[in-house]
Amino acid sequence: MGKAVRIRIMGAGIVGLTIAFEFARAGCDVELIECREGPGLGCSYLAGGMLAPWCEAENTEKLVFDFGLESLEFWTATVPVAARRGTLVAAPARDRPELTQFARRTSGYEHIDARRIAALEPDLAGRFEEALFFPSEAHLDPRAAMAALAARLSSFGNVAPRYGVDAARAPERADWTIDCRGLAAQDALPDLRGVKGEMLVLSTSEVALTRPVRLLHPRHPVYVVPRGDGRFMIGATMIESEEPGRITARAMVELLGAAYCLHPAFAEAEIVETGAGVRPAFPDNLPRIRRDGRKIYVNGLYRHGFLLAPALARRAVQTVLEDAYFPEVMDAHPRQRQSA
Amino acid sequence: MGVADTGADSLKLYGVEFSSRLLAGTAQFPSPAILSRAIAAAKVEVVTVSLRRESGGSRAGKSFWTLIRELGVRVLPNTAGCRSVKEAVTTAEMAREVFDTPWIKLEVIGEEDSLQPDVFGLVEAASILAREGFQVFPYTTEDLVAAEKLLGAGCEVLMPWGSPIGSGRGLNNPYALKSLRAHFPNVPLIVDAGIGAPSQAAAAMEMGFDAVLSNTAIARSGDPAKMARAFALAVEAGRLGYRAGLMHARDMAAPSTPVIGRAFGDLSRA
Repeated sequence: MGKAVRIRIMGAGIVGLTIAFEFARAGCDVELIECREGPGLGCSYLAGGMLAPWCEAENTEKLVFDFGLESLEFWTATVPVAARRGTLVAAPARDRPELTQFARRTSGYEHIDARRIAALEPDLAGRFEEALFFPSEAHLDPRAAMAALAARLSSFGNVAPRYGVDAARAPERADWTIDCRGLAAQDALPDLRGVKGEMLVLSTSEVALTRPVRLLHPRHPVYVVPRGDGRFMIGATMIESEEPGRITARAMVELLGAAYCLHPAFAEAEIVETGAGVRPAFPDNLPRIRRDGRKIYVNGLYRHGFLLAPALARRAVQTVLEDAYFPEVMDAHPRQRQSA
Repeated sequence: MGVADTGADSLKLYGVEFSSRLLAGTAQFPSPAILSRAIAAAKVEVVTVSLRRESGGSRAGKSFWTLIRELGVRVLPNTAGCRSVKEAVTTAEMAREVFDTPWIKLEVIGEEDSLQPDVFGLVEAASILAREGFQVFPYTTEDLVAAEKLLGAGCEVLMPWGSPIGSGRGLNNPYALKSLRAHFPNVPLIVDAGIGAPSQAAAAMEMGFDAVLSNTAIARSGDPAKMARAFALAVEAGRLGYRAGLMHARDMAAPSTPVIGRAFGDLSRA
């Protein structure tokens, strides 16, 4: 047996962490470099954590669905941090055409009435006449999930995490470099753009939900994800902007308005956190594994970080160790540029 | 009219000629790549772009705007979501810098629920912008007096609504729209907002409107490229129908082949 392959991963967001996990499992020597002081502090930190391939299929391409199914398996079996309790999709009475349209464009749901809604989520009793229930979907708490992944990584003997380190100044001493820096990789990926997202976290003991609820609206569709402990993540805006800044008053009003519409008791909730981040995306909003010699870029997960990362991580590892080629996420066949 | 009307049929907006009479909005598409495919499939030559106030910083939105410019079509920036004259004027000035164009689709929203234009604010903002050298495309209602005042303020194109933005209700008030067309036979009139189906776009063109703008109906359809093409065909069909001269509806059926002299009557009743 030869020496273990040395892998250097730049960026410890959800992409870097899942990739580190897969390389570690494959027996490689993994160095995980992150410029922030710990793992998962970039835009993954602000994620919704919905594992909803069927809901996402409403307006994304099939790739997101296929990869999403794989990742759902990862988060419920391999690193089991997700709760598989399904998703509810509802619309206020006057926006019911939105519900019909949503249903027409996807599958994997049951059309349920007010009684079923009340049985699933008692606090929503009497609030909606109908909803779509996607029983196979799951959700997780992104911060807890990334902490669990980081803990698993430190249980491997072959992973060296280095936080608070500027990758540009760290010496190159790996067989392969995997660049998972998200939007920061714009310096190497000129077609990468940022899409701003804003979220907030509310805390209340007056509402209990056990699964994510998506509220359809022609202008401001919003989701509410229960985090436990009476906390609810409300997200998320989508703005073609690369300035993270802070949450705007307008976004706050939209998000709070939707939460209030879902349940009036949210009006009494405390706002415990607000956040704004920038998601990395390619022009088709689909992820890429891009190979440049012995460097591999994994990027462009857009609003689907947790939904896509495990499936991409598996492919990134196969690209390196087995010279595998995945046309659905790779631009050209690696044979065409094996100059390195 | 009629046989004499065989010349080229281009749309002229502030001196610029276009062969397509379908304008498209760029919001709400699943991705910029799909937007690009839709624009190409429909051969659209003018797209509207929303400049959100919060993304006015130097780096903000830069990548997206670059993608829009790369579409290779004329950009008509808009002041979507602006609720006051001041806000709309500031957004228009920002748009001029970002896209380097005097064109501005002016929206001043007066009512939150229906997103109905505030025609008073609209006239005021239009006259400020026209004085600053902008070429204003005001999003207005079908109100004749408002239209008159907008033209007085310096607008050379009007964009009356079909129905509220994103509602897909089509031409809500055909009588008023026909009347608007009849009052301003020489002003380019673009039906903007509320068009939900290609047939509705065709109906607007059959009434003699110069062009149609569509966004939600295309962007949120299951296949935006296909829907964009459907709209382009409908707009062309409606335009051709209008130019060819539509027949008038009759109360009585008028079969084209005479039945008098037919050998037998209705045998099944015999």
